[in-house]
Amino acid sequence: MDWLDVLIIVAVAVGAFALWLVGTALLIWGERRVVAKMQSRVGPNRLGPAGLMQTLADGAKLFFKEDIAPANADRWVYLAAPMVSAVVALVTFAVIPYGGTFTIGDRQISLQVWDPDVGLLWVLAMGSIGVYGIVLAGWSSGSKYPLLGGVRSSAQMISYELAMGLAVAAVFIYTGSLRASDIVANQAGTLFGPIPAWHVIPMAPAFVLFFISAVAETQRPPFDLPEAEGELVGGFNTEYSGAKFAMIFLAEFMNVITMSAVLVTMFLGGPNGPLFGPDIVRAVLPTIYFVVKVGIFLFVFIWLRATLPRLRYDRLMDLGWKVMLPFALLWVMATGFSVVLRETTERATVIRAAAIGAAVAAVLFFLAPLFSRRASEPGGGGGDGGARPLDDPRPGGEALPERAGDRPSTDRPTEEVGV
Amino acid sequence: MVALATAVGAVLAQTPVADPAGAAASTGAAEFWVFWILAPLSLAAAVSMVVLRNPVHAALMLVVNFFTIAMFYAVLEAQFLAAVQIIVYAGAIMVLFLFVLMLLGVDRELPTRVAQIRGQQPAALLLGALLFAALAVGVAGPFLGADSACNAPPDAVAAAGADAQPCVGLAAANEEGNVRGVARLLFTDYVWPFEVTSVLLVIAAIGAMVLGRRTERPEDLVDGRGVRKEPLRARAARPTGSTALDREAAE
Repeated sequence: MDWLDVLIIVAVAVGAFALWLVGTALLIWGERRVVAKMQSRVGPNRLGPAGLMQTLADGAKLFFKEDIAPANADRWVYLAAPMVSAVVALVTFAVIPYGGTFTIGDRQISLQVWDPDVGLLWVLAMGSIGVYGIVLAGWSSGSKYPLLGGVRSSAQMISYELAMGLAVAAVFIYTGSLRASDIVANQAGTLFGPIPAWHVIPMAPAFVLFFISAVAETQRPPFDLPEAEGELVGGFNTEYSGAKFAMIFLAEFMNVITMSAVLVTMFLGGPNGPLFGPDIVRAVLPTIYFVVKVGIFLFVFIWLRATLPRLRYDRLMDLGWKVMLPFALLWVMATGFSVVLRETTERATVIRAAAIGAAVAAVLFFLAPLFSRRASEPGGGGGDGGARPLDDPRPGGEALPERAGDRPSTDRPTEEVGV
Repeated sequence: MVALATAVGAVLAQTPVADPAGAAASTGAAEFWVFWILAPLSLAAAVSMVVLRNPVHAALMLVVNFFTIAMFYAVLEAQFLAAVQIIVYAGAIMVLFLFVLMLLGVDRELPTRVAQIRGQQPAALLLGALLFAALAVGVAGPFLGADSACNAPPDAVAAAGADAQPCVGLAAANEEGNVRGVARLLFTDYVWPFEVTSVLLVIAAIGAMVLGRRTERPEDLVDGRGVRKEPLRARAARPTGSTALDREAAE
């Protein structure tokens, strides 16, 4: 590795950095313009053409603002939290290929900062570290609303990380690799006819699961409970101002771009697309495809914000644990089965084993409600065949932590009578 | 910061070069420096995790410790372990710890020497020393001193007999990719411990849920067991003194 290789690595890293930073600035502006249009307003339109320079002005304002820290704050953690958010947001995109591979002289240049063996696990790892930025910001502010926001965000992000991880796992199994470059390469070509071999078609359920958890992980509406302007005055970032707030803000929007980029990489072929024209066009086209695909997802994120009302917190948890997690588990099983079936030489044995397994699972599925019924209600109530309403408060239906928290309240009347 | 990421990436992505001597020298040097920078950091974080009085600060120190361990894994070219260490320990378990700390509001500094069992400190020191000795002798022992490296190059394995520790090398171990290598071991040689551990974890989770339900009456810990629960209203209407709680209140 000589100095030219080092230079190329630095250039690719700087390219990614520039793409993400400019994208963030444009996203903030675009969000304000698009939401304004959807609400029949004008939006920022003073600075530059169509208000394009508004983000720059806002950034300059934030960085020159007085930096106020509450007296109650935990000094070091309060200082570190926005940095954690910003650093994590910046390093996450290192593994995402944002363009094709082209040759200059005798060197192959691939527009991806880092292509490790663990690949997109890096995104999951950094996503799980990103929680700290929010949780610590909420806790260290030494104030009630930020604390509530921090607690909400930690519970929410852990819940949705599961579904997200399983959706990613399904794609890993389907591709047979964790590397971002392999996943992109697996989506080259066409499936049948003119339809591209993007994973969004064979892996449609994983795509839906990943998209919903991406919205929840970036804490965008309708899952923006940690900030919930209406209830928590901005949640975990209430007590932040100036440059620290700017960092939190930047990290949030950068995460939206990164999540869209991961979606595009995993399900929409990343920088894949039809190539034509002279060499220089061939080199630039993949990046353009990538940017356009990411842009579409960014628009959807903004669209969601302008359209959907915020979820209630228990609904959010129900969706994550009771709907998405079981469904994701089933889909991973199904994907694994199809891959084994595709690669095995003894199809009949595999199918027979799977049939037995499915039969046992089905029998257990129908037997389990009978047992829990008998345990909770020996008399049995009518012939509803073990079916229960979703919000049944009877014991046995309370596997979820937040339900378990309700238990002591049923004892309270006795207590009061006694005292 | 991207420069940092690139540097980390370059270190992590180091693939063994064809020239074995050169490769050993370059990874060896990187390993050396990373170890001597990270090891004190790791130890310092571990010690301050025990010493710090604010539970949240202690938890954060543990996170730092997990990070340094992940870096060690990465330097040893166990990329998958490094990623999983961050995702599972730093990302999920410690966030849950913090969640509980915040939810219960145990964020004030705890006074030391409260509710200590008598003789706890010497016992802890003794047991800690015993554990350390056991680990040092049992786990690390075979790899200390002259045995720290493999002693038999591939062509001399037969000559060394039972003492042979054949040099496979990271290049061979990671030949089909780090993730595939780990997966193959996990689902062939270690499938039984793996399954047993997962069953243990499930049992622990269920146990925690059963024990964690705060209740005054122990029979509530088991869901009914065929005994129909008294409806709330009937319980409330009972004369005072009939439940354990009421008796307590009366006293």
